Amino acid sequence: MFDQPVNNLVEVSDLKMYFPIYTGIFRRHTGDVKAVDGVSFNIREGETLGLVGESGCGKSTVGRALLRLYEPTAGSVMISGENIATLDSEALRKKRPTMQMVFQDPQASLNPRMTLADIISEPLIEHTDWPVERRLERVLELMDAVGLNRRFANRFPHEFSGGQRQRIGIARALALNPKFIVCDEPIAALDVSIQAQVVNLLEDLQTRLGLTYLFISHDLSMVRHIADRVAVMYLGRIAELSPRDELFAKPLHPYAEALLSAVNEPDPNRARRERIILQGDVPSPANPPKGCNFCTRCPKAFARCHQEKPELVEVEPGRQVACFLYEDKKPAVSIGRPEAKTEHNQQGETL
Amino acid sequence: MPDGAMPVLDVKGLKTVFRTRGGEVHAVNSVSFHLERGELLGVVGESGSGKSVTMMSLIGLLPSPPAEIREGQVLLGTTDLLKISDADLRDIRGARVGFVFQDPMTSLNPVFNIGFQIMEPLRRHMGLDKPQARARAIELLELVGIPDAANRLNNYPHQFSGGMRQRVMIAIALACDPDVLIADEPTTALDVTIQAQILELVKDLRQKLGMAIIWITHDLGVIAAIADRVMVMYGGQIVEQAPVKDLFANPQHPYTRALLKTIPSISGKREARLQVIEGQPPIISAAPSACSFRARCGHAFQLCQAENPLRRAVGGGAVDQGHDVACHWTPEGKDV
Ligand SMILES: Nc1ncnc2c1ncn2[C@@H]1O[C@H](COP(=O)(O)OP(=O)(O)OP(=O)(O)O)[C@@H](O)[C@H]1O
Ligand SMILES: Nc1ncnc2c1ncn2[C@@H]1O[C@H](COP(=O)(O)OP(=O)(O)OP(=O)(O)O)[C@@H](O)[C@H]1O
Ligand SMILES: [Mg+2]
Ligand SMILES: [Mg+2]
Repeated sequence: MFDQPVNNLVEVSDLKMYFPIYTGIFRRHTGDVKAVDGVSFNIREGETLGLVGESGCGKSTVGRALLRLYEPTAGSVMISGENIATLDSEALRKKRPTMQMVFQDPQASLNPRMTLADIISEPLIEHTDWPVERRLERVLELMDAVGLNRRFANRFPHEFSGGQRQRIGIARALALNPKFIVCDEPIAALDVSIQAQVVNLLEDLQTRLGLTYLFISHDLSMVRHIADRVAVMYLGRIAELSPRDELFAKPLHPYAEALLSAVNEPDPNRARRERIILQGDVPSPANPPKGCNFCTRCPKAFARCHQEKPELVEVEPGRQVACFLYEDKKPAVSIGRPEAKTEHNQQGETL
Repeated sequence: MPDGAMPVLDVKGLKTVFRTRGGEVHAVNSVSFHLERGELLGVVGESGSGKSVTMMSLIGLLPSPPAEIREGQVLLGTTDLLKISDADLRDIRGARVGFVFQDPMTSLNPVFNIGFQIMEPLRRHMGLDKPQARARAIELLELVGIPDAANRLNNYPHQFSGGMRQRVMIAIALACDPDVLIADEPTTALDVTIQAQILELVKDLRQKLGMAIIWITHDLGVIAAIADRVMVMYGGQIVEQAPVKDLFANPQHPYTRALLKTIPSISGKREARLQVIEGQPPIISAAPSACSFRARCGHAFQLCQAENPLRRAVGGGAVDQGHDVACHWTPEGKDV
């Protein structure tokens, strides 16, 4: 890994996204929801990074901040060498076609007064000077690709089922042949066959065009299928980042372990593995615990976990974990810094 | 009458049609099923097969026009929900029948805070005063695993994550202890641990209150974990219905069999490429006169073109009781 240079398409360093809380009749700023609280990771060119973790832990917020759909509170997001977090609006507009997002809430992201064909051609109108026929041809091609019947082209969003709407969002994200796509629960509303069709499509595009994906999903069996590496988040921070096979074979972080143990086997006639049931209070991102964010529910927590926040460090080649259980494992590279200033140095990152 | 002798919900021959600019869409075709007290009926099926439209038809949630319920009976106890007034139906919704929508963002009102939206049905249907409703709202949010619930009541839907919005929807649907809960893809945005917590909660409510539940999902792992019976929909019809174990052990319909083959596994070998069911789902513009799966079916023969198969019992018995299937072909013990 040291001798062979890896191209990172995306380099995220100490990203923070806080939402202010205002209370009382004077709407005083009394605190922050720390939705993302110091997250660092890289995505290599042509790679799929899976992002999993508890509902509300900040996955969508990471995805949105990466594409600057939110203004990050701190940190940098380098995509192809440019810091997205500080680009001016014209430079950002030029960059937009190369990075796209499939949104978690399909309904909320589709304009109810536009037909399907209009919705998918919108980015084409905005960013290309193609004539109408060429645009229409592209729209139909995209509809085929995501398995939407061509006869639906003139329907409005409310005339579709949930899964059909989700596919409209995917077709739109693909319209401009982007290089990087944040897929936020892209397949949650789809039946398994169409999930498979969409995932196969994403993989084909990756092979053909070298696309890079951040794939946010709760479906761990699908993540296991599509992702090269997987980041497990807990309460605004990354708990573990490991290559797929290693993670699924033996999760290191206690939260990752609990998460994987809860998956339902799709067959009632087959025995499941022992489920780890998490006890204890679920902390709120407005008021994270003093020590490790997971310490209130961790079955393996000890005194130090309630005092200090563990950093994300490499504990085995290619595997990073934020947990004091692995302290003795001689960190090779330090990635996340808990109270880092706004300075970011990229050097020393070998991943 | 002893428990279970009469279903809480009995749907007979339901037909729902949309009139659109491009002609009619026959979204639900002669669908019949029942639901017993304390039972959990899982509903699976292709995207666009009519799962949501079926359930929304039951309790008058489809705007008409364009929707039109052409035929059928929906008996909740002894009341036919298709025959009562809009006002009576509104009272039943929320009080006796709870509904969790597939798309939480469209059913939560963006201009009211979460607290108001949970407390409103409590005050209206349960007659609670404001402090009581507030206490119950906090309790409900805690039940569905929202941390720091008391402080979250003042938040608006956009301040919640996708999965938190879904849990708010579940809390609202459960607020008035309904007899029947209809949950349309209620856990798609939830991670497996919170999903497990919700599934436990649901099991508990069934035992304690005898709540009957319809659970629509694409996640066969969830079905395997919680359903008593399963109904498989394709092209606006029920193509197979069976107790959960029978469905997984002995699937009959070629669509069901194909569906079970497409799931990637968490533990087994990792496939290089996922299985898909080839071909496109049908667009149904008239009452079906042939099997709607025939174009994608490896077993289709002349009869499938000539006649829409009716549901028949597998291995004797009555339709909608044990295991039944709507297919002209039989697997006859062939491997899946
Ligand atoms: N307002 C409408 N006008 C016309 N057609 C409609 C309308 N609403 C739904 N449909 C069609 O009815 C069919 C059934 O839709 P439904 O929403 O019940 O599917 P579903 O089984 O719930 O699918 P999914 O799993 O994707 O949610 C679909 O083909 C859909 O396109
Ligand atoms: N606009 C906002 N204002 C205030 N708080 C917000 C806002 N958006 C998100 N949050 C909070 O930030 C936290 C993280 O939300 P996010 O949507 O990133 O979670 P997620 O990991 O995507 O969850 P899910 O799996 O449920 O979609 C949540 O506690 C949420 O309430
Ligand atoms: Mg999200
Ligand atoms: Mg639906």
